[in-house]
Amino acid sequence: MIHRMIIKRIGIGLLILVAVSMLLFAATEILPGDLAQIRLGQEATPETLNALRKQLGLDRPATIRYFEWFIRMCRLDPGESLFKEGGMAGAQTVRELIADRLQNTLLLSCIVAGIAVPIALILGLLAAMFPTSIYDRTITFVTMCLMSVPDFFLATVLILVFTVSLGWLPSIVTVTSYKSVGHMLYVLALPIVTLCLKIFGQIARMTRAAVLNVMSSPYIEMAILKGLPRKYIILKHALPNVISPIVNVIAICIAYLVSGVVIVEAIFGFPGIANLMVNSVHGRDMPVVQACGMIICTAYVLFILAADILSILSNPRLRHPK
Amino acid sequence: MGAGSMNITSENKTNAHVAVFEFEGRPAAPIKREVKISVPGKIAIAIVLFWVAMCFVGPLVAPYREADIVADQTFAPAGESCSPFRKGVCSFHLLGTDYLGRDVFSRVLYGSRTTMGISVAATLLAYVIGVTFGITAAIRGPKLDMVLSRINDVFISIPSIMLGLVVIAAVGTSIPILIVTAGAIYSTTVFRLSRAFAMDVMVTDFVEAARARGEGLWWMLYREILPNIVMPLATDFGIRLIYIVLFIASLSFLGLGVQPPVADWGGLVRENIQGIAYASWAPIAPALAISSLTISINLIVDEMSAKSGGKLAKSLLK
Repeated sequence: MIHRMIIKRIGIGLLILVAVSMLLFAATEILPGDLAQIRLGQEATPETLNALRKQLGLDRPATIRYFEWFIRMCRLDPGESLFKEGGMAGAQTVRELIADRLQNTLLLSCIVAGIAVPIALILGLLAAMFPTSIYDRTITFVTMCLMSVPDFFLATVLILVFTVSLGWLPSIVTVTSYKSVGHMLYVLALPIVTLCLKIFGQIARMTRAAVLNVMSSPYIEMAILKGLPRKYIILKHALPNVISPIVNVIAICIAYLVSGVVIVEAIFGFPGIANLMVNSVHGRDMPVVQACGMIICTAYVLFILAADILSILSNPRLRHPK
Repeated sequence: MGAGSMNITSENKTNAHVAVFEFEGRPAAPIKREVKISVPGKIAIAIVLFWVAMCFVGPLVAPYREADIVADQTFAPAGESCSPFRKGVCSFHLLGTDYLGRDVFSRVLYGSRTTMGISVAATLLAYVIGVTFGITAAIRGPKLDMVLSRINDVFISIPSIMLGLVVIAAVGTSIPILIVTAGAIYSTTVFRLSRAFAMDVMVTDFVEAARARGEGLWWMLYREILPNIVMPLATDFGIRLIYIVLFIASLSFLGLGVQPPVADWGGLVRENIQGIAYASWAPIAPALAISSLTISINLIVDEMSAKSGGKLAKSLLK
């Protein structure tokens, strides 16, 4: 039964990815004017337009082009950028554009997840262990504030404090060759802290809610009434049922990180994939937008999928069906 | 529940001969629902009211006009700013000047109108779309529900900022496009919530009774379902508004939202971001404005859901 649930969930995930790819492709189709027109811009004459359309294959029906594009995406070859960059001859392939930036973004996200998740979990658990205490109320309030302020506010304040006032950390992150781990952390410090603060709030709050939810359930009450020691109740009774929601929370927050990175990369000028996407949106470089969008959405969908599968796997009631 | 017991007590008071309900040791019925608002809650309400008022009277109160360049000094600190070129030409700026020498305070006041106007319009749109489809899915049988829910699943599993970027890449940006985009994107969550709430209501006895009476679609909607899902949805309205404010601000911050010279809080931060180096108020003030608004709405929502028993807060976490 549990296998069937997981397989079904994976199937849904794949279907969603296909639907996402259709959406991204459709976005290019509703453009006023087509790719050829954007690429030629001011130089467009009817003849050159037609020629370029033929060359790009735009004269064929949209469905065929969608399947071609989809297959190329699956083979990790998303085609060419519409524009030349850095004076290179001919258009740059999207793959070249993306490769390094994807690495940068992945590195940043991994560091953030590695730092934020454990700390936030501990903070959230502590808040749930001592509900309504001063500590709990402080955590709840601070995390609420962190969650409701815009990312760029956090970043602005951090830059103001650590770069402008104290002069400790760099505010623009364009270096991507690091001398050592310490140097890397130094260069990336501000983006890391901004993203961490953003994720902290989510994880700590949801962890607290999940644990409190379990702790207020009747069987825990029963365990307390039976006079079981506190440690025993938490470890034996509560923990197995808390793992599932917490795992879920972590995966969802990492998925959130994938999109939260957009603003942070923009403000710090970080050469990552989200920044590339934003710049391409400005230039309406659709192949790059599609490829970046597809990568980010895929990561997001996969993390949500992982969250669901993990919560199926770690749910004791599903693991031992009656 | 509260309304029911209230009726009984008022009946007792007016008709003394109806003694059926009088018995020894009856627990005190909740006659009046006491509305106690905590101090942070009151401050939050005051801040939100302030910004709402500024939406309407901001341009009247603002010392300078939105796009007027009023000082020679850019990124001037708060207070009196004197021109470095023209002797004796000084002007007062509560929060200093921005990167072109415009008055930051005035621009933030003007920005409240743009940011909140767009956000509220988008949230309303999200509610119209989401609630309509959500209730339709709940009422009109499992087949339509299946189709609508699957379509919704697709949209909900794309990060909202990604959807926004793709739409803007395709059709460009303008205020109507922003409203429709944000409204459509956030209607997915509203759909899920209102469908879930409506589903809960659909299985209750009073809906069954209404069905048995042979009530029509509109009666079911307006008399049975809407009154029962309005409160939880109202709380969610606040949360959704926060998300949409942040969404619009983020797009504007990326330069893909409201276009200059129209002032908008996200855009104000973007255009003045260089001012951080001079510790100017220009990028900080609009960011603070957004934060004060979103945190306040969040506090009010917390206050409301604490009153409604926290059941809603749990359902929102999903």
